[in-house]
Amino acid sequence: MASSPSSSLLVEKKDVGLSAFRSQAATFAVSAPASRKRAAAKIVSVMAPQQSERKPSTTGAVKTGMTMTEKILARASEKSQLSPGENVWVNVDILMTHDVCGPGAFGIFKKEFGENAKVWDREKLVVIPDHYIFTNDERANRNVDILRDFCTEQNIKYFYDIKDFGNFRANPDYKGVCHVALAQEGHCRPGQVLLGTDSHTCTAGAFGQFATGIGITDAGFVLGTGKLLLKVPPTLRFVMDGEMPDYLLAKDFDFAIAGATYKAMEFVGSTVESLTMEERMTLCNMVVEAGGKNGVVPADSTTYKYLQDKTSVPYEPVHSDGQARFLSEYRFDVSKLEPMVAKPHSPDNRALARECKDVKIDRVYIGSCTGGKTEDFMAAAKVFLASGKKVKVPTFLVPATQKVWMDVYSIPVPGSGGKTCSQIFEEAGCDTPASPNCGACLGGPRDTYARMNEPQVCVSTTNRNFPGRMGHKEGQIYLASPYTAAASALTGFVTDPREFLQ
Amino acid sequence: MAAAAAAAFPASSTFNHSSTTQNPSVPSLSSLSFSRKPVSSVSCPIRSLESLKLNRCARFLSAAAPSAASSTASAATTFHGLCYVVGDNIDTDQIIPAEYLTLVPSNPDEYEKLGSYALIGLPASYQSRFVEPGATKTKYSIVIGGDNFGCGSSREHAPVALGASGVAAVVAESYARIFFRNSVATGEVYPLESEGRLCEECSTGDVVTIELGEDSKLINHTTGKEYKLKPIGDAGPVIEAGGIFAYARKAGMIPSRDA
Repeated sequence: MASSPSSSLLVEKKDVGLSAFRSQAATFAVSAPASRKRAAAKIVSVMAPQQSERKPSTTGAVKTGMTMTEKILARASEKSQLSPGENVWVNVDILMTHDVCGPGAFGIFKKEFGENAKVWDREKLVVIPDHYIFTNDERANRNVDILRDFCTEQNIKYFYDIKDFGNFRANPDYKGVCHVALAQEGHCRPGQVLLGTDSHTCTAGAFGQFATGIGITDAGFVLGTGKLLLKVPPTLRFVMDGEMPDYLLAKDFDFAIAGATYKAMEFVGSTVESLTMEERMTLCNMVVEAGGKNGVVPADSTTYKYLQDKTSVPYEPVHSDGQARFLSEYRFDVSKLEPMVAKPHSPDNRALARECKDVKIDRVYIGSCTGGKTEDFMAAAKVFLASGKKVKVPTFLVPATQKVWMDVYSIPVPGSGGKTCSQIFEEAGCDTPASPNCGACLGGPRDTYARMNEPQVCVSTTNRNFPGRMGHKEGQIYLASPYTAAASALTGFVTDPREFLQ
Repeated sequence: MAAAAAAAFPASSTFNHSSTTQNPSVPSLSSLSFSRKPVSSVSCPIRSLESLKLNRCARFLSAAAPSAASSTASAATTFHGLCYVVGDNIDTDQIIPAEYLTLVPSNPDEYEKLGSYALIGLPASYQSRFVEPGATKTKYSIVIGGDNFGCGSSREHAPVALGASGVAAVVAESYARIFFRNSVATGEVYPLESEGRLCEECSTGDVVTIELGEDSKLINHTTGKEYKLKPIGDAGPVIEAGGIFAYARKAGMIPSRDA
């Protein structure tokens, strides 16, 4: 099938409407919340408004099949039936915040609920400093102190603190990038509602839960009540089938999805089922760039296996009903997809990597929640290993979390004779892997490692490339998969990874 | 009292699901409302910002009793002033670059500082600076944009910076959802949607009036043209109440601050 960048990569698109649609995964009935633990914390200020529930038996209304997003929100709002467009008060299972938004959210919480107010549940707030950490910027440092003061006062269970900015390893609690930490620390669970003061909170949808980004005012509200008013989004279904080519990664799928403003994006199909959790996270990560409200991947054995050693909190997975109504369905044959990039200055400005081979670059950045996870580094290492040569431009590596950093230094890369990623990176002439944090993905304070302070051209595994995103307003950022980023580092031009992987 | 309020605002009828119904008539107004009398003077756009400033700063004033806000309690809302026109995909990094995110919006001094950096991320192709160097307020009270306004980050600093700088309303062809939601939750800027591309019809510096009501419209006094605006829809009750907290208090979900 023709695959010029301007033609649609969609093989087939049809509006499903009311027609029956079989979900790929088994349909789980939403079981009654048998032993669901009610929040034990003292909640003084919440009183749900009277809800006049229309019982189906009295009205004769037929219960319609719901998508998994609708089902999750229905359960969380204690309703038996929900339709897209309805506004409901939803119980929040986890609220996440970080150093940029936490201080503001806590400030609003205190102003609105009182100086002595207590958060709705000290175990459901997860505070993860990650954005501006390794910097001398006084306000940035102060913001981490503000997080600490609040968490101490409120006795918050999950606060991944950092005090010694000079040596991240000296901070046993510190994790790094919030979305990766949430997954690694077992806070993402199927069927639950996770909100975060960050646009890429949608990443957690990879675990079959409703996860979306909110602002600090909404977060302040959740802190006091444990609830938020949410509008139920209609669901777009993306069916991905076919064997995953060995030069493609989930990041390449991110460039294939668009036009999802205010919608839920549900990813199913044999290819999705074959993805690891980290790849599913990458897939859901850029839902927000597609305009989406949330992304979901149905939970399956891959999910449960990942969670086995990470959480003991009970959860009830939710899957779309067989009769669920989707706004539209898009089908992909992934074997026909090619590595892509997003050219400056928008994630929508997509092009085939091979058609950008004349674009000379100045640097490569591998990091962030989108492209700085363990498997992202393994992927980059695979390309460097296949080439055996050195990079032609400065190549910055920023592991997302402490765990990722340790993996980079310890996990052997297949086919390398036992070498670790770090060894392969060193041999290829990359920069030494840096302290884990969000880093230069969003520029940050002037002294941020790998920040773009001059108008250069950068290939990056991050998620946005709007003007000034990584620092300099005239910087040119090409978003790419870790394969493409590594290939580009080796040639000094935007490069399709098939140059090295086939 | 909370129970009575809850009964008055049962959840099922709280929102107008149909986008064609208009906002319910606004109950008794305090300074915490967007309603104000129309400003007739063209040469002093700042005047229209007075009561708005009080609205925004009310969060930081423990006893807000402004004497200047003698707004007539009418159901119609009006904004008037100079407009600043931007294009499509104005993302949050252009509205407030990441390096300024160390400023905490709930801190009054830092709130003002955020305003001084509003739209400082726009490329050099924008010839007029939105906020003059050294100033904290803009002379443009209305921003007119294209598609996908506010895309990018969930940073609330974006609508806050616009509001702090003195923007009363944004009129865009379409919005990114988190920016829209944050505008509604905070009450910082009134997020309106145009029918069609106003960003191609208006120029920076045009004098415009926005009238919200039965048929919302934008009047460009400089060109003499009028344009229809889309109804605010479900967000209306939250904006009219003054943001998510005020709305929740009205619905009896959380006690009033004096309780």
